[in-house]
Amino acid sequence: MSLIEVKNVTKQFGGLAALTDVSFDLNKGEILGLIGPNGAGKTTMFNVVNGFYQPTKGEVFYKKQKISNMKPHSVCRLGVARTFQVVRPLQRMSVLDNVIASAFIRAKNKAQAEEVSFDVLKFTGLYDDRTILSKGLPLGKRKRLEIARALATQPEIMLLDESFAGLNPTEINEQIEIVNKIRSEKGITILIIEHHMRVIMSISDRIVVLNYGQKIAEGTPLEIGRNPSVIEAYLGEEHGA
Amino acid sequence: MNKSLLKKFLPLIIFIILLVVPFMGLSSYLMHILILVLMWSVIGQAWNVLGGYTGQVSFGHAAFFGVGAYTAGILYQHVEISAWWGLPVCIVVLTLLSLAIGYICLRLRGAYFALATLALGEICRVTAENLVDFTRGNLGIMIRERTWVDKTWFFYIILLIAAGTYFLVKILIESKLGYYFVAIREDQDAAESLGINTTLYKTISLCISGVLTGIAGAFYMNYMGYIDPGVVFPLYDLSITTVMVVMVGGAATYWGPIIGAIIMVFLAEVIRSLPYIGAAHQTIFGVILICIIMFLPNGIVGDFGKLVGPVISKWWKKDTSS
Repeated sequence: MSLIEVKNVTKQFGGLAALTDVSFDLNKGEILGLIGPNGAGKTTMFNVVNGFYQPTKGEVFYKKQKISNMKPHSVCRLGVARTFQVVRPLQRMSVLDNVIASAFIRAKNKAQAEEVSFDVLKFTGLYDDRTILSKGLPLGKRKRLEIARALATQPEIMLLDESFAGLNPTEINEQIEIVNKIRSEKGITILIIEHHMRVIMSISDRIVVLNYGQKIAEGTPLEIGRNPSVIEAYLGEEHGA
Repeated sequence: MNKSLLKKFLPLIIFIILLVVPFMGLSSYLMHILILVLMWSVIGQAWNVLGGYTGQVSFGHAAFFGVGAYTAGILYQHVEISAWWGLPVCIVVLTLLSLAIGYICLRLRGAYFALATLALGEICRVTAENLVDFTRGNLGIMIRERTWVDKTWFFYIILLIAAGTYFLVKILIESKLGYYFVAIREDQDAAESLGINTTLYKTISLCISGVLTGIAGAFYMNYMGYIDPGVVFPLYDLSITTVMVVMVGGAATYWGPIIGAIIMVFLAEVIRSLPYIGAAHQTIFGVILICIIMFLPNGIVGDFGKLVGPVISKWWKKDTSS
């Protein structure tokens, strides 16, 4: 069953087409990777799904409901949470308060919001850092805080925008574990943008490849790794071998 | 002494001390100053909700203050009832005004919002000057028979308003609203994508801020007995002084606007009474503001640790060793 349907989405900024006629489905329970060279339109795609941008043409559906004319906060209330490529923690709030602020979307009172937040912080391994002001966190933990905040809204779908960029190998392994746990334990469907080929190939069930705002391929990691146009546009020769 | 217990009851203790102040036989001048301090603390706390916690810096709070004052004044002048009715009525008037202003201004961000509110205060002043039939223009509105000559009851009324404001703000900020306000201040787009309807919550913040400021304005009408557009809609004496009260005391702190009000009102009185340089009190204010922004960017309450930290720690050591 497809949770999100992206149908013929085109997004233009003035004369520049950031996305041209892109369509794909996100199925329940899968991890779908979105890859492509810099400027391919990946983050624009997220902003369209999330409601920051309205598509110039085309539509986005969530469970058969049109969401491409909704505001981000309504989309989030329906159950689509996102993280940002450039981490955007609420700087002068503690880690715990950051998560509480997002937990309030479904919590009835503060005690309930705190309970949800403690669970999420333990889940993402940030529980011991909960009293630190979030601007004092190192990058690896800030990336995890982004995920924790999105989780606290108790979503059905999470859009992860480069949650692995800038992390060291140990942090990457921890992060992979968290992403896998989000699907296996919480049953959340994930759409992920990533440049790290090792990560994307190992965690995705399917991959969609964008280049200059157009979808050039879609398939399992194995198929993508062998696809000649993907190799030409993005992967380079050695990956195709 | 349990420190957290002291902290919890400190507002109550201060409130009780203030309750007995009128029995201390202070001169009517000092009572006037205290009333002004309390009134400014209400305006400061109101501004703090919008500017300090929600991060929407307004340079137009004179608009809310003046409309509150004129609500009371016009009720007296045209409806011919007591100007005290202005206090409850201005809640309705200011909510409507805040909704209208929010609809126009809150789609702007940062400096553009500040500029729009700056214009707003001036628009209100010019409107009040020119709607002569309604506001009596520059003639102003005067209450011919004052409620009390003595200042005691005025003091109690503004004390109640100030204490009510303090507790209201405290309850709000510790609730879901407070979390949402701060989230919007820190990153509006992130807040929006976390499911916070930023437009709605900014409007709520503006309404609370506007209504509280308006109540202070309605009190001012009753207390001073005379208003005209230049007195209640001034850019410097109200809008900018409000920002200064909060900045000096400490934005986004409970006590900041109160401490700021004490300092600003007393400072203004002291500087004005100095020989020769008294006339330059605005210049001196400016210099003080620059110093505070440079050395105490979080205000006196916000940087309290930095200010007295060394002294306290020395004293604390002596205390525990003895």
